[in-house]
Amino acid sequence: MSFWNDPLKVAADWLEGVFMGWGMDSVFAHVLVAFLGVFLLIALLMVLDIFLVWIERKVVARFQDRLGPNRVGPYGLIQPFADIIKLIIKEDTTPGNADKVVYNLAPILSMMSVLILWAIVPLAPVMLGTDLNVGVLFLIAAGAIGTLSIIMAGWSSNNKFALIGGFRQVAVMVSFEVPMLTMLLIPVIFSGSMNMNAIIQDQDIWYFLISPLGALIFLIAAIAELGRAPFDLAEGESELVSGFNIEYSGMKFGMFYAGELLHAFTFGGFWSILFFGGYRFFGLEQVSPFLAILILIIKAMLGYWVIMWVKYTMMRIRIDQMLSFNWKFLTPLSFVLLLVTALMNALLASAPTWLYIVGMILANVVTGWAALEIARSATRQERERVEGPKQAAEVSH
Amino acid sequence: MTGAQIIFIVVALYTLGSALMVVTTRNLIHAALWLVSTLFGVAVTYALMNANFIAVVQVVVYIGAIAILFIFAVMLTRKDMRDSGPQMNKNWWLGALVAVLVFAGLAFMLSGWSGFSKVAADLPSGFDSVSLLGEALVSPQAYVLPFEVASVLLLAALVGAVYVAFNRK
Repeated sequence: MSFWNDPLKVAADWLEGVFMGWGMDSVFAHVLVAFLGVFLLIALLMVLDIFLVWIERKVVARFQDRLGPNRVGPYGLIQPFADIIKLIIKEDTTPGNADKVVYNLAPILSMMSVLILWAIVPLAPVMLGTDLNVGVLFLIAAGAIGTLSIIMAGWSSNNKFALIGGFRQVAVMVSFEVPMLTMLLIPVIFSGSMNMNAIIQDQDIWYFLISPLGALIFLIAAIAELGRAPFDLAEGESELVSGFNIEYSGMKFGMFYAGELLHAFTFGGFWSILFFGGYRFFGLEQVSPFLAILILIIKAMLGYWVIMWVKYTMMRIRIDQMLSFNWKFLTPLSFVLLLVTALMNALLASAPTWLYIVGMILANVVTGWAALEIARSATRQERERVEGPKQAAEVSH
Repeated sequence: MTGAQIIFIVVALYTLGSALMVVTTRNLIHAALWLVSTLFGVAVTYALMNANFIAVVQVVVYIGAIAILFIFAVMLTRKDMRDSGPQMNKNWWLGALVAVLVFAGLAFMLSGWSGFSKVAADLPSGFDSVSLLGEALVSPQAYVLPFEVASVLLLAALVGAVYVAFNRK
């Protein structure tokens, strides 16, 4: 097994050999190498995170017909380092009567809930943190820790805006966990496994092609989980100033901000892993693990770009609209879609591939169309009830 | 002592310490956060026993749903988070006695079991605990009846909650 086929294992074996050569116990050397691997992954992610700040600012500028950072370094590439220096030398304030331990713990937990997700991301067929057989559930469990960090930040800041923002964000996250978990079950139905690597290996046809509606609902739920527009009501600059992180300054605020960017990139990655084949791209991933990593990063960046695109195009919705959209539309739709997908998957199990794909697409289109029709008639009734039948007719001309 | 035993003892002490903090701290939110820490310790214990599914579900259900619900309920119902009443009532010695007796009884019972002092054998490679659990839950020879009864009970609770909260106009 050469370095170019399985770089991680070769490097780990070599390092373990070196440590054992120094007279270390073999178990201890193994644990130490594992720790170094985790450290390396986190360090690389944090470096990537620095450049995500630049990417986010450049992309938002382009969407808003501006140039974005362009003064410091070529294309403004050194701008994020200037931002970091600014954040580090800022005064570190703690509000009076704040719960200090909880207040300081919240940004750490927020960052941790994002970094822990990378434990299950298969970067290449042979390069992955842990081959967990319940990877899909792990995604939700890490989200639970993120929810906890936000409620801790909102409560411990001793600030009404922060508390309201925290409550709102937790309401969004708890609500959208339901459609997200349901949509996570669709790749599980197709692949018959909750393991991320097995889900990728099974995608000879991208799951996006056989479950476009599932991919869309997952994206919506992911955006809500991230607290980005149109679900950024926890931030709500015009009402809540900045929401749950209002009292944080300096690097503690930086942790929330960097955590949010990395979270968005990570969900772009999970979107591509679950519905767009992850590191697979026409057999290129077999050539070299490094090429597989490159493919995954490009796909994750594209997913991240879609999330940014939505963020800078949509307006914020109110909390009651968010709640009724989720509980009255998205959750029933995702349940129905899960039932339809499971049923069609069983019915078409022995059908030829083209029939399977066509049947799946048709099932998705019909489900989506029926859901939109039901929603449309329900909203029309609601509008008539509020405005009276005459005015409704006038509005529609 | 093996590495696994050292990790187990550390995790067990951490879990017990957090559990002690849940009942001794005066601040209700701190108590809820210590409860989260306790439940996390239990999840780590499950993970140490190779029960990945149970460990992750423990985090999803207990931390992601139940603990968050506790925190919400405390925040929405209490203005003052500090609890000023006495932490013990006059029956504390009876509770302590029952706890010690139960622990002693369990320890005595388990000490007679042949596997008490054995080290758990490694799972065979390719052992898929998740699919075995899934099959056991829906297999008529195994646990399909309790599983369905629990589902019906939860559904009834759900319908009841909606009925109680439903506001007739």
